[in-house]
Amino acid sequence: MSSPLTETDHGAASHGGSGPSARVVPRRRRALRPYLLIVPALLLTGGILYPFGLGLYYTLFDFAASKPRPDMVGLDNYRRIFGESSFWDSAWVTVLYAVGAAAVETVLGVAVALLLHRSTRVGRVLEKILILPLMIAPVIAAIMWKLMLQPSVGVVNYLLKPFGMGGVQWTDTPAGALLSSIAVDVWVYTPFVAILALAGLRSLPVSPFEAAAVDGAGWWFTFRKLTLPMLWPYVLVAVIFRFMDSLKVFDIIYALTEGGPGDSTVVLQIRAYLEAIRFQRYSYGISYMIVLWAVVYLVTMVLVRYLGKIQNRAAEVPK
Amino acid sequence: MEMRVPDRRRFLALTAAASATPLLSACGAGFGGDGQSGGGGSAADDVTGSFDWKKAKGRTVKALLNKHPYTDALIADLRSFTEKTGIKVEYDVFPEDNYFDKLTVDLSSGRASYDIFMLGAYMVWQYGPPGWLEDLGPWMSNSSATGAEWDQGDFFPNLLQADQWSLKAGAPLGQGGQYALPWGWETNVVAYNTEVFKKLGLKPAETFDELREISGAIKRRAPGAGFDGMYGVAVRGSRSWATIHPGFMTMYSRYGLKDFTVDGGKIKPAMNTPEAVAFTRDWAEMVRKGGPPSWTSYTWYQCSSDLGAKKAGMLFDADTAAYFQAVKGASPAAGKIAFHPGPKGPGGSLATNMWIWSLGMNAKSKNKHAAWLFLQWATGKEHLRKAAVEGNHIDPVRKSVSQDPAYKDKMKGLEGFIETFETVVDQTKIQFTPQEQFFDATTSWAASLQEIYGGKNAKSVLNGLASDLASKVG
Repeated sequence: MSSPLTETDHGAASHGGSGPSARVVPRRRRALRPYLLIVPALLLTGGILYPFGLGLYYTLFDFAASKPRPDMVGLDNYRRIFGESSFWDSAWVTVLYAVGAAAVETVLGVAVALLLHRSTRVGRVLEKILILPLMIAPVIAAIMWKLMLQPSVGVVNYLLKPFGMGGVQWTDTPAGALLSSIAVDVWVYTPFVAILALAGLRSLPVSPFEAAAVDGAGWWFTFRKLTLPMLWPYVLVAVIFRFMDSLKVFDIIYALTEGGPGDSTVVLQIRAYLEAIRFQRYSYGISYMIVLWAVVYLVTMVLVRYLGKIQNRAAEVPK
Repeated sequence: MEMRVPDRRRFLALTAAASATPLLSACGAGFGGDGQSGGGGSAADDVTGSFDWKKAKGRTVKALLNKHPYTDALIADLRSFTEKTGIKVEYDVFPEDNYFDKLTVDLSSGRASYDIFMLGAYMVWQYGPPGWLEDLGPWMSNSSATGAEWDQGDFFPNLLQADQWSLKAGAPLGQGGQYALPWGWETNVVAYNTEVFKKLGLKPAETFDELREISGAIKRRAPGAGFDGMYGVAVRGSRSWATIHPGFMTMYSRYGLKDFTVDGGKIKPAMNTPEAVAFTRDWAEMVRKGGPPSWTSYTWYQCSSDLGAKKAGMLFDADTAAYFQAVKGASPAAGKIAFHPGPKGPGGSLATNMWIWSLGMNAKSKNKHAAWLFLQWATGKEHLRKAAVEGNHIDPVRKSVSQDPAYKDKMKGLEGFIETFETVVDQTKIQFTPQEQFFDATTSWAASLQEIYGGKNAKSVLNGLASDLASKVG
């Protein structure tokens, strides 16, 4: 696809031919062009990798506000992290949160997309409303829900009162706090999954569905055997993004529960924040972040590989 | 398809790295900084000659302030400072939720973005050892830099001592450098709704047992007496250091209990002694039976507004938290809020923990003389009197302001305020052991309190807390 023009070709082109004249590009500039084109990418990569590398380097020290001239401690920070039960508690809460939020959002998102795909005018209005939570910063959403979940003056208990459930203390118990946090996440991000799934649904070929209809296949059969397998690559993209994001959650939980009651909702990001910013044990806090990064990276790698396989399989479906 | 794999990998690597970047960048600042301050003299020594307010005329001081009624009173009077000194003041005001994060990151970056800032005495323990705070002692003792009318002896001594520390963990306050100046403070007392007390025939609690009893009684009986949804006592409960220091630490101290013991310079957690365990269990039980619903998210904002909205019969917190609800027109409960020193300890102790809003100077400031003149003015008699009488800068740090007839006249409408203030002022001090891990210790302590409130065994929770803290502070 590269231009066949050379300096000699250019001479021929400029003298005859009725087509548009091509600009002369000296050989040296042409040779330089690919390198110039990757400069922005290199700068971006450097801008990302420099603080990352710096952070990684700091984890080898005992850098803290109380020790501004730190000693090299090697991998001690990591050893300490993995040796503390609080890390494993946080890791467990993080996984519970991520799995719970991503699973509920996926199921609800796909369900909403299926509903919207079927309807017409109402569906288009609902689509617009659906996108509203995505326009709210998650931290604002969490504060808003914190007020709504307030047991005595919150609207949620007020609405539940006629059903005899007016006194629920939503965030006062460990399970309640975790579930409430997941619920807020679901409220904010289900539309994201729904929109991706809806885009996927609208791009599916029509003929397999027409054939299924002609054969008299029921809705559930069609959904299981046709819709879901073909939609799965789109859903999986949404799952990957949501799972990655949920593993790194901070804003929703911190605004809603501050990690409490007790340590019940202290996810890895909150622990990293507390260590690095509040308690000013910088190296230790960054080590937490590096561990979290490694977990997110590995989990996402696995999911992306799976996505590749699914995409290949989907490509084999006759269109 | 073969080409996709490396593409995806690169994409993932960059995405994940980008996700870590903000925190890493934030934390990266400051490595290899100046470290401990001290030695090398003070910039105060450069100020010579006779004292003159106009000596730094034409300079600009940058201030970082927390959103607070005390701050409002300061900002309202800034013109007087500029007229007096010829120094301009630029300031940023942040809400309390973000204020200390902003200040911490700013100071740790080693930049001199702000010359002066608000801080509490506890922050001196965190910001002092890394050398981020200017020792104001040399400025105070230099008569060329400090006017005679500033009158150091006019401050309540316990307040001045609260910001004075030797930077050694476990060492008592009141020795070493003066790392901030008292500017406004709060004492922790009980404020109560006189209407509900009258209707239920209650009297302010003189002992902790009575307080627990009254809290439960209000929660049970007040809704039937026309106070719909009212509970007994508003106390903080969020998973934050701020939960421990007001009512809880005050009552804890009145029982003669300590957060840490110091033996031969070694700090040992003491929140798991049998007496401390019993007290903590009782406190959690009081909250369960007489406290607010959703207590684990309660900050002073909720406590204060519940008292004002007649949702809480009592408040055991900063007197200012009640004051802002008690003044005329401020809330539905205004005019019906009275003040009381709160329950005494077993030996009649009224030991009270304090919160002190202080003003400090950035050790990296390039503008120290102008900044000192600002601190001198902001903590001086003239401004503080004006702020107390015309603004809402109550709980004076200066004896002269607390005795000022105009101030007393202003406060006399609040039942029991002056009497309570005068009863506890001399017994109010920082009841915590000064040490750098204060925020970790108290945040973990608050988390433990939440667990005990949730029904976990107090002894095992506090033993776990103590053993965790022992390795951090020891």
